[in-house]
Amino acid sequence: MSARLLRMKKDVDTDDYSPSEYKLRRSPNDIKCKSKRMELVGKLMAAKKIAREQSRKLRKKERDNLGDQAPPKQVPRTIESMRRADETVVDKDDGEFDEEINNDEFASYFNGKPPKTCITTNQQSGHEAKNLARMFSKIFPNSGYFNRRTYNLKEIIEFCNNREYTDLVVINETKGKVDELIISHLPNGPTATFRLTSLEFPHEIAGSGKITSHTPELIVNNFTTRLGHTIGRMFASLFPQQPEFHGRRVVTLHNQRDFIFFRQHRYAFESLSKANLHELGPRFTLKLLSLQHGTFNTSSGEYIHIHKHDMDVDRKKFVL
Amino acid sequence: MQSDDIIWDVISKNFCSFKTTFNKTKFCRNEYNVTGVCNKVSCPLANSRYATVREENGVSYLYIKTIERAHTPAKLWEKIKLDPNFMKSIEIIDKNMEFWPSHMIHRVKQRYIRITQYLIRMRKIRKQIKRELVPIKSRSEQRDSKREHKAVVAAQLTVNIKKELLDRLKKNTVYGDLYYFPQEVFNDVLNKEGEADENLEHEDIEDEEEEEVEMENEEYDEEEEEEENGDVEYVEGDSDDEYQDEEDELDNYRNQHGFSDEDDDEEQQSDSEEDSDEEDYDPKPNSKKRTPSTSNRKGTGNLNKKPSKPRVNIEYETEPTQTQSLQRN
Repeated sequence: MSARLLRMKKDVDTDDYSPSEYKLRRSPNDIKCKSKRMELVGKLMAAKKIAREQSRKLRKKERDNLGDQAPPKQVPRTIESMRRADETVVDKDDGEFDEEINNDEFASYFNGKPPKTCITTNQQSGHEAKNLARMFSKIFPNSGYFNRRTYNLKEIIEFCNNREYTDLVVINETKGKVDELIISHLPNGPTATFRLTSLEFPHEIAGSGKITSHTPELIVNNFTTRLGHTIGRMFASLFPQQPEFHGRRVVTLHNQRDFIFFRQHRYAFESLSKANLHELGPRFTLKLLSLQHGTFNTSSGEYIHIHKHDMDVDRKKFVL
Repeated sequence: MQSDDIIWDVISKNFCSFKTTFNKTKFCRNEYNVTGVCNKVSCPLANSRYATVREENGVSYLYIKTIERAHTPAKLWEKIKLDPNFMKSIEIIDKNMEFWPSHMIHRVKQRYIRITQYLIRMRKIRKQIKRELVPIKSRSEQRDSKREHKAVVAAQLTVNIKKELLDRLKKNTVYGDLYYFPQEVFNDVLNKEGEADENLEHEDIEDEEEEEVEMENEEYDEEEEEEENGDVEYVEGDSDDEYQDEEDELDNYRNQHGFSDEDDDEEQQSDSEEDSDEEDYDPKPNSKKRTPSTSNRKGTGNLNKKPSKPRVNIEYETEPTQTQSLQRN
């Protein structure tokens, strides 16, 4: 019995075909035994990988031989490069857009008005929202955290307007997790609501540094459409226009596929071509849910943009 | 036809469809009941003379029952609209129930007060901002989190941030005179000179010299006039450095023997003298002298360390730092 089994094993081991022969003989789908099927699949995959590497080497050789006359290198197709055409993507030399920008609600900030931000949470919020709010008051210069108590947002907006605040930031917490961020530009709006996910506090980031009190630089990256520019200008207007460069603190808001990534770093230039970064935290991701004219008003507000679930169906269509 | 005593006798001892008991107290569910309690005085069925207040869609009405209309139940109640103003409607009640028993008037007014109170409360509650509960769809949340993860990978955040910062550094508009990399500038100049040499191989030597000067002008727009006229030279061991080295050694020696305080003062004096000397040479008094950024970053440099690399001192003016603005792609 044992001898027979050994022979069978030997048969399997010696059954060493080339990949093409395997293909001719049988497809892996025809084999009912899972372990055998997996074995065959593994061999086929390995063969494929070898073939791919060989062809890559061949192409490189060809390119080296031909020099300038070589065929152009293939550009990888990414979701960004395959993005659906959007009419609202802003051209570089769009006079109309420039004019629009110069007359919008943020124009006074870009003409030199310093920002003053009020930060608060939702009613009866827990620790996480309050901790983040306190952290925000360090991140946004010239800002203060106020305990929400039982005031509603319209009362708070009135309070802010009386004290000449330029922005209101509200952090919303549900079931002990921060999940929403409302940024309202005062006194005439607009108001943006974001979904907030993957929040990490500095103590959760390995080797994170301490936030200094210098006014940070700002990097607002990748906002292309008109809506995107409005959002970008909204974020920019939270930070003073003249950063303290010797603080080497930089706040980044990077938009990629409609997700806005918030990061904070301290940097150091080693040379003209090398910079080092030290993350300070916190980090989180925002996704725009709605943008409305005016201040916070859910009952009779006029919306510029509302995110609907069918907008997520197409992976290559982006709004920002 | 209408006999109140007989009706009350039936209701109190036998069945009444409006009668309910709660905690051994009898209550009345009839909508026309003024007090809501089941007793002879406040029973709307067993009283031929009766008045009450009812509220319909936020408007209060005074209802008065007159026994002369008892044969037409549809027209049994006289309905009088009350004013939104509390005092005016109290006057209306007084006017319409002028010769009524005082306990009846009192009960009606009490009911009216209660109705106005709850109307005010209703309006207040309706004004409040309520939180809307939105369902979280787990599948779309899952999909979003996956896409977010892929977007983070695609974003290459650290690479992009570094790139943006270096772009700003190279443009030299944002940081002003905060950073200075002498080695880089030195290499740049060497490269430019090399290019110029290659381009001008077949031309005359005199032309070449002029071109070189021009190239330098492009590199340093705001350079000193002296340097424009003469060639820039980069020399390895500067006499100043040697002097400083000696001074450092001296300092170390003195520190070891405990003379630190006096020496510091002397150093400052000597520094200021040096500065003043340099300013005398400077044609433009506003121009700042730049120091290598490495020493800036490290703060107070270690006195014991000898400077290993050659120092290059170049003087030029800069414009005030320009304001940062949102970048348009």
